[in-house]
Amino acid sequence: MSDPLVSIRGLTKRFETPSGTVHAVEDVSFDIPRGAIVGLVGESGSGKTTLGRALLRLIEPTVGQVIFDGTDITGLSAARMREMRRRMQIIFQDPVSSLNPRLKVGDLVAEGLKAHGVGSRGERRDRVAALLEEVGLSADHMERYPHAFSGGQRQRIGIARALALEPEFIVADESVSALDVSIQAQVLNLLLDLRQRRNLTMLFIAHDLSVVNYLCDRVAVMYLGRLMELGPVGPVHRTPAHPYTRALNSAIPRPDPRAARNRETLTGDIPSPLSPPSGCVFRTRCAHAAPVCATERPTPRAAAPDHQTFCIRYEDLHDA
Amino acid sequence: MSETILTVEGLRVGFGRKASPVVALRDVSFALKRGETLALVGESGSGKSVTSLALMGLLPPGGQVMAGRMDFTDRAGTRHDLTALTPTRRRALRGPGLSMIFQEPMSSLNPLFTVGDQIGEMLLLHETLDAKARRRRTIEMLELVEIPGAANRVDTYPHEMSGGMRQRVMIAMAMICNPALLIADEPTTALDVTIQAQILDLMRRLQKDLGMSILFITHDMGVVAEMADEVAVMYAGAVVERAGVLDLFDRPRHPYTRGLLASIPDPDPKPDERLVPIPGSVPPLTMLPKGCAFAPRCPLAEPACERGVSLTEKAPGHFAACIHSEEVA
Repeated sequence: MSDPLVSIRGLTKRFETPSGTVHAVEDVSFDIPRGAIVGLVGESGSGKTTLGRALLRLIEPTVGQVIFDGTDITGLSAARMREMRRRMQIIFQDPVSSLNPRLKVGDLVAEGLKAHGVGSRGERRDRVAALLEEVGLSADHMERYPHAFSGGQRQRIGIARALALEPEFIVADESVSALDVSIQAQVLNLLLDLRQRRNLTMLFIAHDLSVVNYLCDRVAVMYLGRLMELGPVGPVHRTPAHPYTRALNSAIPRPDPRAARNRETLTGDIPSPLSPPSGCVFRTRCAHAAPVCATERPTPRAAAPDHQTFCIRYEDLHDA
Repeated sequence: MSETILTVEGLRVGFGRKASPVVALRDVSFALKRGETLALVGESGSGKSVTSLALMGLLPPGGQVMAGRMDFTDRAGTRHDLTALTPTRRRALRGPGLSMIFQEPMSSLNPLFTVGDQIGEMLLLHETLDAKARRRRTIEMLELVEIPGAANRVDTYPHEMSGGMRQRVMIAMAMICNPALLIADEPTTALDVTIQAQILDLMRRLQKDLGMSILFITHDMGVVAEMADEVAVMYAGAVVERAGVLDLFDRPRHPYTRGLLASIPDPDPKPDERLVPIPGSVPPLTMLPKGCAFAPRCPLAEPACERGVSLTEKAPGHFAACIHSEEVA
């Protein structure tokens, strides 16, 4: 990958709580190529949302760097970070709680423009009208309040808001998870269109592998704060190189009543991030765990030139 | 030929004033055979949860059954008309007759009581066992739903458990009186996929071992494919299609079912394949169009759709409510 827009290097976020240190994200590194959509998947407690926020510095990373277009943003002053934020935006999961119910849609979408002093009042209105049409709403919607819209429409408002400052990079955090499937498909197609039209780079955070396979070019799989596997969606899906990815894949209910139901079911629950297992954090639920998995931290192994797995036993399991 | 355990015919449920109620269910009909699973599938506002609440007699205040029948046959072979039960009879039927599990186990469990107390309460209400025997049965039930260390877990509180474990507790509570019919309302929607897989496996095993029928309410066509024998697809308060699971996925006859299937990202996608979303959104119940409620979003709509359409048998065992379903098939 020659020219990443975003490089995440050793990103770590720990939260101190009365019961101890929560290891939310530990030592995660990967690149987001310019113009690509990278999916970040994992189950609850995998750290994917924390990672998405830490890389925008919506929360401060504990350790590590985020290099955005050549600049390490983790060291930027508040004023310089504010300038940088114009280029990086976020779309949230819940389109109800992320829109202020007391503001009209026009003001909601224009908020970022106003904060950064872009254009005159009239210019901002024209811009907002164009944005609403671009996301499949209409300019008349400016005068209405968020409660007058359906879930799918509210998510479109959230997208228009994120696009207002013409960012190069967007973090979409479970942006379609709360939507019904027929509406979800509309929003996914909208994101694909916008990517093409605006040459956007995106980190798409999701728990649903099918959605990621549809939308993304590359995927990073997380479990209990750590990266498990990283690569192009096709190979990661068809020939997963990590036992966790394999289990996650086989757990998706296929919309095909004839599909074989012999899946690799994981036993047990995700351990507490207060005391993650030593060595490989997945070993307590892994069918292939060996003594070495408890003592050694996995380092990336290449399954293909652009496909990495963090399984210590990758060679053992794949040469056999 | 297995017997029918539940028959719902022409069920109509309204909310609000008797004179001008908002109609949430319009003429809903389906049947469920003993030992089988019927999936009620639909998106938000389709009426699938209202259907389950009507069956349980748990409609929220203001909701009433306006017309229709709900006939349920218990394990002893006695028929009950669920629309005409006295509160006492209904309470007696919940548990050993039909029981229900909900989407969010955290809000359905009482945080102030141990899980053992809550499961045991069912036995206290429905059976005559002393405290020791109740505890023994409760622990056996926790073992049956594969909770590790059941003898210790019986004394823990809901907040001390994970989401998956709490859903197992809910299942244990619903199953302890050996119901003939289990109504499961989105039981795995709040769970991660790997945990969902565990719970679905567990439900299938319990169904086989205990010979129970399941009414499985879900929005997820993947879960339908995995769990259902029969499927009823709901849209805006009505059943628009009903068929055996293979038939439904092989030859969907209602444009809404087709649209729903085309909207799901294929877990094994082909490159450059675009999803085909259904345009627009579900109309509010107060503003349903005349005739077929799906017509405003339907690619096949024509003026005749305004005359309305009822569920008719298009092929043996395959019902659809569409004037076009011959062309669709």
